[in-house]
Amino acid sequence: MRDIHRLAVASVVLCLAAALPARAEVEYRAAVLRVDAPGPAPISRLDLVPEDLGFAGAELGTADNATTGGFMGQSFTTETIAATPESAEAEISRLLDEGVPYIVLLADAPMTLRLADLAGDRALVFNAMAPEDSLRGADCRANLLHVAPSDSMIADALAQYLVWKKWTDWFLIEGSHPQDQALAAAYRRAAEKFGARIVEERVYEDTGGARRTDSGHVQVQKQMPVFTQRARDHHVVVAADRAGVFADWLPYHTWDARPVAGSSGLVPESWHPAHEAWGATQFQTRFERLANRPARDEDYQVWMALRAIGEAATRTQGGDFAAIRDFILSGDFDLAAFKGQSLSFRDWDGQLRQPVLLSAGNVVASVSPQEEFLHQVSQLDTLGIDQGETECER
Amino acid sequence: MRLAILACCTALTAGPALADKIFVSNEKGNTITVLDSDSLEVIHTISGMQRPRGITASPDGKIIYVCASDDNLVRVYDAETYEELPSLPSGPDPELFVLHPSGNPLFIANEDDNIVTVVDVETRQVLAEVPVGVEPEGMGVSPDGKIVVNTSETTNMAHMIDTETYEIVANVLVDSRPRFAEYTPDGSLLFVTAEIGGTVSVIDPATNEITKKIEFEVAGVLPEALQPVGLRVTADGTKAYVALGPANRVAVIDVASLEVTDYLLVGQRVWQLGFSPDGRFLYTTNGNSNDISVIDTETDTVTVSVPVGEQPWGVVAVKSD
Repeated sequence: MRDIHRLAVASVVLCLAAALPARAEVEYRAAVLRVDAPGPAPISRLDLVPEDLGFAGAELGTADNATTGGFMGQSFTTETIAATPESAEAEISRLLDEGVPYIVLLADAPMTLRLADLAGDRALVFNAMAPEDSLRGADCRANLLHVAPSDSMIADALAQYLVWKKWTDWFLIEGSHPQDQALAAAYRRAAEKFGARIVEERVYEDTGGARRTDSGHVQVQKQMPVFTQRARDHHVVVAADRAGVFADWLPYHTWDARPVAGSSGLVPESWHPAHEAWGATQFQTRFERLANRPARDEDYQVWMALRAIGEAATRTQGGDFAAIRDFILSGDFDLAAFKGQSLSFRDWDGQLRQPVLLSAGNVVASVSPQEEFLHQVSQLDTLGIDQGETECER
Repeated sequence: MRLAILACCTALTAGPALADKIFVSNEKGNTITVLDSDSLEVIHTISGMQRPRGITASPDGKIIYVCASDDNLVRVYDAETYEELPSLPSGPDPELFVLHPSGNPLFIANEDDNIVTVVDVETRQVLAEVPVGVEPEGMGVSPDGKIVVNTSETTNMAHMIDTETYEIVANVLVDSRPRFAEYTPDGSLLFVTAEIGGTVSVIDPATNEITKKIEFEVAGVLPEALQPVGLRVTADGTKAYVALGPANRVAVIDVASLEVTDYLLVGQRVWQLGFSPDGRFLYTTNGNSNDISVIDTETDTVTVSVPVGEQPWGVVAVKSD
């Protein structure tokens, strides 16, 4: 199961460093550790998980860093590891023993926490997958930064748009998995924060079984209308389905003729293959040329984590671990990541503040924060847990 | 050649003044809008290109070059007849370019390929491909034509390229997402805008050191909306104008003190700037309001905004024959 690739781009081949004063090359070693838990296949075969999920983003981030590093006398290597829940702890221990100081995790929330605690002060850990607010709140860690947007950022991004649209009455349907309930809690909080009302709530129980069956739509067409009938009057159905059990089946199957948002329909997420604004086309084409597939959230998030290290290496002119960590957490850090403004880490919980895309099928329909929602510090802080609300004690 | 044109125009000022032509590339509209500078009426629309962005003119003002990004080539037009002339190879996804002061060659930033393509505009041959940082975008050229500057948006550097050897002779680290590079007419200063960093770096070309970073502040405008993009310096070198993107403002900089002296409210998402041939007016492309604004550079006032095509991107003005 252990699958290791080493991505190394030797900057010397670029032959571009000539114009800078000669100096010893500084090497930056990072690792991407993905913990693959066994689970059912997704509802749609379009969503089958590629084997290089996140790793392709790592390859691009490493290559981008190396191009800049070529001018700076810096080289970047990234080891990518696909682990199981059973092997993950041994893998991170090995990385720490080898002195890899920057570790990007693609794991669920409990595993992320466990691995971050194992790293302690030996590594700076980036959470590139788990969205749970608890990781940024009561369970926050000083060595753990979050490039994946939190549940509350995702929920707030959609809430702002729906309130702007004056679709303020929501029918919230949540799944029965813990991660669904965490997201649903974020939607409840977002409704209160932005003045929407949840007029009806239901739980869609995951009763197990395969999610893909031949002509499965026949039953779905009967079940979904029944499941959604007799809801109180609502403007929109909001689905909280992190586990991917039911939300894809909601559009066009609801009892009432209402749009669906959240886990399907109008979807708040950090990346979408159709996103083209603010130079994003360049990211998409670079990525697709390298991976032969569209980029997913995890790829973009890993890319951001590695670019944060690369940006800090550039700005600190080849700084060491302490310099890189301090710079990333400082007010001087900003990351350009095709979202139209600079991104930076919140010093109260280590969350990367970032706009959230609202995708609708083949297009990006909108981007939050919506301009009407103001903030005294940064408009990006209208998304997610603000300084005064945080439960994090770092 | 240039002197002859100036002499000719001086001779003509006794007669009825000839209007200039303003060419605006409309990124979404897939057109070039041509306006008469006196009436500010649309006198022609050129179509038949995909995603036109960077636009410039030959030194004599007779030829218009356009980066047709989705056509992956540079389209060429006769400024008087609007006839399309043979296209130039550009490399993939050309966005911005700069013409050597002599009128040849053309230096093109290829965002997708991390290269600057050098093209002879007469033979239409690619002379060189220069590897630069990630996502090359802004292109500037020194007044003596010896150095071409390319800015790379993800590498965050200005790369100084020798125009004879096509080699990078220096790299200057600037703030995030550098978009545009422009020298003062005497070549003593180089300005580089950084869209995400929100600054303009002032570089001493002699030492390739940053001597100052100009910052911006507008009451009531979010700091993250102050995104410097296009920049132009007046012919006398006294003032620089900076388009501030979604802040919907153009900043005026006093070049002697390098201080911002004014902010001019223009249309929405102001991106690129171009002077009238006599320098009296500055035209701004306002991508989200589908218009251009006209700034009187003597008074630094915005006199009018004029609708053009969809999502105007770049602008160049030339003398009419």
